[in-house]
Amino acid sequence: MRKPIGWSTIIIAALVAVSAGLVWRRDGTDGVLEILTHDLSLFGGILPRVLAGCLLGAFISEILPHEKVSRALGPKSGLKGLLIGTAFGAILPGGPFTAYPVASALLAVGADFGATIAMVVSWTLIGYGRAVAWEIPIMGTDFTLWRIVISLPLPVLAGALGRFVYVRLYPKPAIKDDET
Amino acid sequence: MSAALLIDILLWGSVFGVGLIAFRRGPPVFKASLREGSMDFINIVPRIALGVIGSGYIAAIIPQEVISGWLGPDSGWLGVATAVVAGAATPGGPVIGFSIGTVALKSGGGVPQVVAYVVAWALFAFQRVILWEIPFMPARFVWFRCAVSVPFPFVAAAIAMVIGKP
Repeated sequence: MRKPIGWSTIIIAALVAVSAGLVWRRDGTDGVLEILTHDLSLFGGILPRVLAGCLLGAFISEILPHEKVSRALGPKSGLKGLLIGTAFGAILPGGPFTAYPVASALLAVGADFGATIAMVVSWTLIGYGRAVAWEIPIMGTDFTLWRIVISLPLPVLAGALGRFVYVRLYPKPAIKDDET
Repeated sequence: MSAALLIDILLWGSVFGVGLIAFRRGPPVFKASLREGSMDFINIVPRIALGVIGSGYIAAIIPQEVISGWLGPDSGWLGVATAVVAGAATPGGPVIGFSIGTVALKSGGGVPQVVAYVVAWALFAFQRVILWEIPFMPARFVWFRCAVSVPFPFVAAAIAMVIGKP
């Protein structure tokens, strides 16, 4: 699943090329270079975190016991599994460079789509990382806390909906490890 | 920025913690996962480079005013639906997303609409999905997750309408 070049890369590359062309026509070479230098420095800052995220995902998939994960977060884990996924997403440190490698690792060691959806949605909606770094400074503490309170039920609901749809869409689980 | 530093410390602290656990399982386990993580990193870097370096250009051609205009003061469910589309279509990172939300609030946008916008941005922002989620996750999971998440900005707006302003 982690091929360096895929269709999504090609779409993004085309989008970037067109956008850069439009920027060049509007702002000239200086405009193009200004954005390039800014984004290059951003890229340099993000790289170590991407490495940390990849290592975190790899270590987690190595140390988490397979049977325990599929019991705690697998298709038959019920509401408890969705709650564990939600809690995990909420406390996970870092940004997308951690959340997605770790979510992918969970899927690989036996979590089902429902619990993984709960984790990803929880990370994006009630995780503290983005809220502390960006949302509170820009939107204010009141709005942010209020928005998070509103979002509290959503990860479990999204995970439950995901599980409900998944078993109907794929009646025979594609996941190889079913606990017997 | 102290918040960023704190997050970096937590992040590398977690890496160190799980690395230590892996190491105590034995050096082969540790080496194997170290190798796997590094290979993932090497494979993912070209995509991240393209996305991060390219995102500035995409953001530059979709002016923020266009999106905050969509969020306008029109209220009701049509406004919520527009906000959801706007959230998914917002390019760039959190600074742009939250700034647009703030501008919309200050220029008279409805609170449930802004909540729907922020939640939709968190769930669907196309750039994060394409740049981060698809490279790291199975594609089938990503589409499934997005489809299942569609109702929830509306649910958040409904809750906001019921419980009122912050």
